[in-house]
Amino acid sequence: MPAVSKGDGMRGLAVFISDIRNCKSKEAEIKRINKELANIRSKFKGDKALDGYSKKKYICKLLFIFLLGHDIDFGHMEAVNLLSSNKYTEKQIGYLFISVLVNSNSDLIRLINNGIKNDLSSRNPTFMNLALHCIANVGSREMAEAFASEVPRILVAGDTVDSVKQSAALCLLRLNRTSPDLVPMGEWTARVVHLLNDQHLGVVTAATSLITTLALKSPDDFKTSVSLAIARLSRIVTSASIDLQDYTYYFVAAPWLSVKLLRLLQCYPPPEDAALRSRLTECLETILNKAQEPPKSKKVQHSNAKNAVLFEAIALIIHHDSEPTLLVRACNQLGQFLQHRETNLRYLALESMCTLASSEFSHEAVKTHMETVINALKTERDVSVRQRAVDLLYAMCDRSNAKQIVAEMLSYLETADYSIREEIVLKVAILAEKYAVDYTWYVDTILNLIRIAGDYVSEEVWYRVIQIVINRDDVQGYAAKTVFEALQAPACHENLVKVGGYILGEFGNLIAGDSRSSPLVQFNLLHSKFHLCSVPTRALLLSAYIKFINLFPEIKATIQDVLRSDSQLRNADVELQQRAVEYLRLSCIASTDILATVLEEMPPFPERESSILAKLKRKKGRGNLPDIDEARKNVNVNGNGNSEPSDKIEATNKSSPPLVADLLPTNRPRPVSSSTFMFSPGSTVSSPSFTDLLNLNSTPSAGNTLLVDVFSDNSTFSATEVSEENFARFICKNNGVIYENQLLQIGLKSEYRQNLGRMYVFYGNKTSTQFLNFSTSVTSTDILRTQLNIHAKTVDPVIEGGAQVQQILNIECLSGFTDTPVLNVQFRYGGMMQNISLKLPVMLNKFFQPTEMSSQDFFQRWKQLGAPQQEVQKIFKSKHPMDAEVTKAKIIGFGVALLEGVDPNQENFVGAGVIHTKSIQVGCLLRLEPNVQAQMYRLTLRTSKDSVSQRLCDLLSEQF
Amino acid sequence: MIRFILIQNRAGKTRLAKWYMQFDDDEKQKLIEEVHAVVTVRDAKHTNFVEFRNFKIIYRRYAGLYFCICVDVTDNNLAYLEGIHNFVEVLNEYFHNVCELDLVFNFYKVYTVVDEMFLAGEIRETSQTKDS
Repeated sequence: MPAVSKGDGMRGLAVFISDIRNCKSKEAEIKRINKELANIRSKFKGDKALDGYSKKKYICKLLFIFLLGHDIDFGHMEAVNLLSSNKYTEKQIGYLFISVLVNSNSDLIRLINNGIKNDLSSRNPTFMNLALHCIANVGSREMAEAFASEVPRILVAGDTVDSVKQSAALCLLRLNRTSPDLVPMGEWTARVVHLLNDQHLGVVTAATSLITTLALKSPDDFKTSVSLAIARLSRIVTSASIDLQDYTYYFVAAPWLSVKLLRLLQCYPPPEDAALRSRLTECLETILNKAQEPPKSKKVQHSNAKNAVLFEAIALIIHHDSEPTLLVRACNQLGQFLQHRETNLRYLALESMCTLASSEFSHEAVKTHMETVINALKTERDVSVRQRAVDLLYAMCDRSNAKQIVAEMLSYLETADYSIREEIVLKVAILAEKYAVDYTWYVDTILNLIRIAGDYVSEEVWYRVIQIVINRDDVQGYAAKTVFEALQAPACHENLVKVGGYILGEFGNLIAGDSRSSPLVQFNLLHSKFHLCSVPTRALLLSAYIKFINLFPEIKATIQDVLRSDSQLRNADVELQQRAVEYLRLSCIASTDILATVLEEMPPFPERESSILAKLKRKKGRGNLPDIDEARKNVNVNGNGNSEPSDKIEATNKSSPPLVADLLPTNRPRPVSSSTFMFSPGSTVSSPSFTDLLNLNSTPSAGNTLLVDVFSDNSTFSATEVSEENFARFICKNNGVIYENQLLQIGLKSEYRQNLGRMYVFYGNKTSTQFLNFSTSVTSTDILRTQLNIHAKTVDPVIEGGAQVQQILNIECLSGFTDTPVLNVQFRYGGMMQNISLKLPVMLNKFFQPTEMSSQDFFQRWKQLGAPQQEVQKIFKSKHPMDAEVTKAKIIGFGVALLEGVDPNQENFVGAGVIHTKSIQVGCLLRLEPNVQAQMYRLTLRTSKDSVSQRLCDLLSEQF
Repeated sequence: MIRFILIQNRAGKTRLAKWYMQFDDDEKQKLIEEVHAVVTVRDAKHTNFVEFRNFKIIYRRYAGLYFCICVDVTDNNLAYLEGIHNFVEVLNEYFHNVCELDLVFNFYKVYTVVDEMFLAGEIRETSQTKDS
């Protein structure tokens, strides 16, 4: 019980709170608050010195107003005064105000720190605690600097009272988290460990948290805590329930302390000392035994407290992963919980069993519960419980039960919540591939996935099925037959059309012998879907058609007719039009031999890890991979005691839920439309992209390079969702924040001269804890690598909480480019690897040098650049208010010189500049014509290089 | 560790907010709204745990009040669930049958009680009778 006296009500405060509660509207409330603020201000400013009670009352009112969500910008000084009062109630309010409304005014901080210092040396435990709580709540660097040596001293001093020790331990923990550099280990370290022996269980409770955190950071310094923790735990679990008095909670002895001790032990491998080890085993057995005893109370508090300890004990057993009997007992215990009437217990049992499934000792025991888990999938009302059931099925899957589990997951998918469908799809796809003995089953499964949940089948999944079919000739005929049958359905998902188009284009000949699937039937079937599909799918189908011309010369004329039709040759979409034109030409002029070479069957893909697996790992740390070896490897590394315990967290995959937004493909980079080039047969034959049906773009672009990239060696490149949120904002400026989430802020500062640039990247740790294993890399597409050199200096692998580090990137532009380099950032935070990818705002216009010129010069050059392919024009609607000054600033920011008085129309803007690359320089003229009535712009760019015109136009037109 | 503790009523009014890591004011407001949205839609058949961003919320409802503790995903669910109940029992003792209005009018005392029981994002004290 806190020692606050209860008779210290403040009438004025109560009246004010009642007034606020009686306000009928928000306006009335604001009015009342403003009146009160004015009153308090005048009291604080008045000549008459306020007594402590009044100050306390007013400060309390200010606090209340602040907590209602209003800004408070005064009262700090009065609060600091209160804090130095000798009356507890006044001091408490002073500290509360300071803790809630932290202020960075340095004078004030000096005064606050002074007050704290006085209280810390007051020897009054209540005052000392208020001061320690304030430091722990604020946790600022200034406070760490001031008290980092004082707090440990108080903690280990012999004459410190118990309650102050408790506060000091956790205060030190907070300072260690926020400013570890200021809290060096010292002689207090050894003495802190011995707090585990303290006779006051409150002190042990607080100290265990501190020791656990320190042990995670420097395990060797705190090794001795293992034996002390085991001794303490042993005394608790063997005590009679009344021995611990206040620390017994509903007949359970010190449940929270037990949990904390068991967590501390999870920082270390099993003890090597045999006696110690057997003592721990005894403890764990006792805890498991207690779960079987009849409950000492019917209250849920009793069973919850008991099971809190039990689950933590099981976590430790799994962490050690060395005692087969304990593992199997744990599994059986959890098995009982699977059928418990408490939803909480069923949920936790499913979750805990997932990690047990990855232990070789308990994998088989977990499998015996399969039917129960399948039943949970069908009957649980809480979606999060069903999700755990899916996770567990996935984790317990192996060759022996794969067919059943995959079938159950497929049937669940039909009714599954939308929120977890994509994840189930990925899991099914992975299991089907991993445990496929015969690949006809695999093909059936994936086609079923597309049929049941086509919208949730990501590109990775259908790329993968194509890759596997291409690589395994024993399944090709079956695949062709199956997709052909699936396509017969009157309504089939577009993903099925894609898979069908690709597979029939490659292997349609294998089923052409049957008159029911003759070449013409196949073609008509595919073409009947054509008009319902999106552009990328149509492009793929066109490629399938040209493949048909090679496979089935007898239907060449039919296909040529289709290609020749206006809807193809004059299609508004440049990609489709180009394909139609080129394929038609190719089919007309190439000899059979050349056709056969160009349109040859795809060669096998190199074998490598499934990109789906990568996606699932990314999507959900909770993935619980069935790969026992992998999981065990991690545990063992950890078992040696020299790697971070967070490895174990990865291995057991108890990690965070994903943000759904990250999964949606909406923030994918859009394809960069390819520039049209005139068809010449020679160049086509040598172009490898023609044999690759899925390479929809003749210029691969970041994130959109289809199959080529997914299976290429730098697959990380497309494997992460690339953020381009703030990308467009950097087209016309060089500095600012490009990325920010809860943990990390990334800021940029860049400067360019001619074809060289330097970018300073600032990584700011927004949290109070360290980022470990921090690393970055810049990746580019193959094409971009020949156009742009980026050299990144290395960064320190650790970023302290609240700290910022800087990285320098040196950039060299070799030739004109369209793609965007991607910055990948990786680090470990709270045991989880974080991956962030973002498009780095290095674009062609950064290498502009502005060119001033007269009106005459301008128009003369304008005429010289008059060839149709040199000009790119775009007419677009304005997205922002049409402000001439803003527009000017953007054009200058774009990099060109803004030429005033050049255009006869005053409203128009013209600019000129030269793009510098290592190989060439490209002169560029631009003209922007606003039409205020229509809220439209017309942007015209003329350069000596068509691809440059196009790229610059695309970049600049996004800005208005 | 505990990231934050929230006490809210069914209407979404915050009765206590205690933060153990740095959030700016807008972020706090967003968190408060999100927590209210995820917690109030759940019924008695659901678990007392909800995945929340990179964390999880352990919550328990007492009459019209939701007591929510946001912790790391690896933390012990049941320990925090009973941590909430222990906290409520202490409040009950302190205010003699606590009700929502006690928390409104004595908000400054509630902060003191919280600091006695939870500090720096960890459980500080679990005894209900200790004078500390």
